[in-house]
Amino acid sequence: MEATADKKYTFRDFESDQEVRWCPGCDDYVILRSMQKALPEMGVKKEDVVFISGIGCSSRFPYYMDTFGMHGIHGRAPAIATGVKLANNDLSVWVITGDGDSMAIGGNHFIHVLRRNVDLNIVLFNNEIYGLTKGQFSPTSLVGQKTKSSPYGNTQPPFSPGELAIGAQARFFARIGGNTPKEMTQIFIDCHNFKGTSLVEVLQNCPIFNNGAFDQYTDKKVRADRQLFVEHGKPMIFGTNRDKGLILNGLKLEVVTIGENGITEEDILVHDAEEKDPTLHQMLVRMDYPMITGIIRRVKDLTFEERENAQREQVKKNSKFKKTSDLFYSGDVYQVI
Amino acid sequence: MDVLESKRPSQPLEAVVIRFVGDSGDGMQLTGTQFSDTSAMFGNDIATFPNFPAEIRAPQGSLYGVSGYQVHIGSVQISTPGDDVDLLVAMNPAGLKTNLHAVKPGHTIIVDTDAFTQKNLDKAQYESNPLEDGSLANYRVIEVEMTSLTKEALKDVDGLDNKSITRTKNMFALGMVYWMYNRSMEHTIEFFNTKFKGRPEIVEANTKVLKTGYYFAETLELIPNAYTVSPAKMEPGTYRIIMGNKATAWGFLAAAEKSGMELFLGSYPITPASDILHELVKHGHFGVKSLQAEDEIAGISSAIGAAFAGDLAITTTSGPGLALKGEALGLAMMIELPLVVVNVQRGGPSTGLPTKTEQSDLLQAMYGRNGESPVIVIAASTPANCFRYAYLAAKLTLEHMTPVVLLSDGYIANGSAPWKICTVDEMPEINNHRFKSNGEEWHAYDRDPDSLARRWPIPGTPGMEHRVGGLEKHQVTGNVSYVPENHEYMTKIRAEKIKRVQNYIPELEPEFAQNGDLLVVGWGGTYGSLHSAVNHLAEEGIDTIGYAHFNYLNPLPKNTEELLKRYKKIVVCELNNGQFAKILRMHFDGYDIVQFNKIQGLPFGNTELMEKFKQLLK
Ligand code: SF4
Repeated sequence: MEATADKKYTFRDFESDQEVRWCPGCDDYVILRSMQKALPEMGVKKEDVVFISGIGCSSRFPYYMDTFGMHGIHGRAPAIATGVKLANNDLSVWVITGDGDSMAIGGNHFIHVLRRNVDLNIVLFNNEIYGLTKGQFSPTSLVGQKTKSSPYGNTQPPFSPGELAIGAQARFFARIGGNTPKEMTQIFIDCHNFKGTSLVEVLQNCPIFNNGAFDQYTDKKVRADRQLFVEHGKPMIFGTNRDKGLILNGLKLEVVTIGENGITEEDILVHDAEEKDPTLHQMLVRMDYPMITGIIRRVKDLTFEERENAQREQVKKNSKFKKTSDLFYSGDVYQVI
Repeated sequence: MDVLESKRPSQPLEAVVIRFVGDSGDGMQLTGTQFSDTSAMFGNDIATFPNFPAEIRAPQGSLYGVSGYQVHIGSVQISTPGDDVDLLVAMNPAGLKTNLHAVKPGHTIIVDTDAFTQKNLDKAQYESNPLEDGSLANYRVIEVEMTSLTKEALKDVDGLDNKSITRTKNMFALGMVYWMYNRSMEHTIEFFNTKFKGRPEIVEANTKVLKTGYYFAETLELIPNAYTVSPAKMEPGTYRIIMGNKATAWGFLAAAEKSGMELFLGSYPITPASDILHELVKHGHFGVKSLQAEDEIAGISSAIGAAFAGDLAITTTSGPGLALKGEALGLAMMIELPLVVVNVQRGGPSTGLPTKTEQSDLLQAMYGRNGESPVIVIAASTPANCFRYAYLAAKLTLEHMTPVVLLSDGYIANGSAPWKICTVDEMPEINNHRFKSNGEEWHAYDRDPDSLARRWPIPGTPGMEHRVGGLEKHQVTGNVSYVPENHEYMTKIRAEKIKRVQNYIPELEPEFAQNGDLLVVGWGGTYGSLHSAVNHLAEEGIDTIGYAHFNYLNPLPKNTEELLKRYKKIVVCELNNGQFAKILRMHFDGYDIVQFNKIQGLPFGNTELMEKFKQLLK
């Protein structure tokens, strides 16, 4: 467990002296500020915070945080971060990645870090495009999407990050719109508090290469009617009038209106983020009306470090070797006189 | 019983090369290891060379499924597994066919005649039975119905199925060889007792067959004479037999203990490097943290993360894996973190010859990354000194804040030899650049004025927060910098930092002639072969041949050029197409550098080396 800070920080304490260089209007600014605001609330010491990134627009993030940080290589941040966490379990380790970084070139590390459940936090900036290389389609770009590398429309069906992650045994998955800083800040705090790998997908607008990709869910005007922010233990209700909700109809989730066809609030499904069986979480992740945001899945499990440490302690206890010389002189040794 | 007591006519020999060959399921590796361990305990110097097929279970009896284990034992110092075989034990026709060429005419072959069935002869592509057609007339062939005798010996042991019975026939062969070379069976019997604890019928069967083979050789007088190889003269001390890969693993354990740091290994299984991983994962009790990663890239990347967080971090691999790690190694070089990459070279390119040896990754280790990205490159040269060079790799990386590539190869990694046990107390100090400011101004890229190593402030240290990354950095602050002059400055300082390692490594001392007509140059795992060839020539009275063996490849020892000057001709011997020769030519102009290269996945043989050197001396 990380040591608690005795001093109360403000978001300014986490601003580095580097000028932020993202394009004007990019949601990345929102994410940066939300993180800087979340950190003082986590009670973690500044020197215990490490940000590791890969390559891409999002991956400049560590340079802007006045914490420890490494701008790594393309796709490998989860592996680098795993090493950091194993070397020092007391650190609060964050991976900053994008849709190309985590699901194209870094797909392998992405699934394996989730499978192992290393206690670190991944913030996935999903803008459904390659920004830094100037506008090629990414593994989350939609079929038909016209980009620099798909002038006639993208022919590669996309990944849904949450579906992939839960398939890879993610214990914690949250999704948040890139324009809701307050909720985002809270989710970052929840990520920190969760023991195990937590993954948050930010629907991040890239105004330069894929402007408005999420407007149909995130735009202020439609948000209440198109987005359902789920909370553990609460019925899944949304809509400007809070009259829409989800029910299970056979093996499908269905949107119903409270007050119509005899539906009452009692009939609406209550969100259980802690259910081990991922079936319902997967269904929630896949919906596009409404787009589900909030913490969709949060399931307790042993972390990789906990398993490793327990085993190492056991080995230590049973071992007859205290020093390397005990090992070197053990077994078949012989004298030459 | 003490077999050393038993008297019989025997002929003392200085050194003997024995090769056990059979199907990959015949237990030849075990047989060979037992023989070499027993001989070492008897006080012989030994060198071994396992040679197994790439296929885990190749079709039985096939030519490419032959597995072999060669051991060279001697009363003199032994530096190679030997090339001419004195005794070949062939468990099947395929083994005989693929190994006969190595046996000196007039020397001995033991065969299991039961295995010479028509089916096996066909599989080995023999047109006629070599035991009958006279083709072995130049050899002393000892025909033994090993399978039947084994079955007969075990007919009264309960609880054994047919398979376990035939499986023990390798112990029959071992028993015979023990008698021939006057070795005690004790060590092997003890080994059965520990290895098959809880399976008394297996212990009984193996022991019985071993003894049966031993007495068979003694009583039936099938073997006309027996040899004795007396103990070798070795430096006094406590020894153990160690394989190169294990020695490498132990070197890192020692370095971690000496430096007071925790060892982190990020690795992905690959032949022939996996044994280092297998060894290190056993040692959680020393605080070793090991991660079997999802791929080669994650192996090195996790090690980079661990290094950033303050561990002594290493990653282990072989050629193709080093290629995959290239980009990450460039990152470690760029952010100037300590990291050791062990490359146990195998035959290449591509998947190449995974179970064979080669030295063809030297240029990859030196240059296999984008941009100007120099790293320290060193190489171990014997199974036992893998310990020392692993230790030194850790020392160099921590003291110079730059990655080190440690080259080993399949030959020394799988070979075993006596190792005079060395504890951390006898090893040099290891310092590091961990840094915490006491309030003074500091930057992550402030450098030590002598070594140019940068500071190493680690996460968890208050006030030391900083960012590093693969983008070019400002020369002092480490912040991203696109200033043209800064990039040039940083490129040069990273190169200069490696060059200055010269001030911290020993100068090279040639062996044999200190100047003269010919300098034999080698590097890495060929030490045993080259040393023994030059030694033979020296014994023949040739005193104008010198031998220089390089363990430090980048940078080269300071006196390299001065050394080249002392000889008229230089021959660079490598198991590749001339990579180190290229490097020497690049650095030093105007020397008569010739090459002797072998690219067959096999070590050098003594004879071919001696012939070459003699020809060059003419
Ligand atoms: S390219 Fe797009 S994602 Fe990148 S910084 Fe600019 S707006 Fe943001």
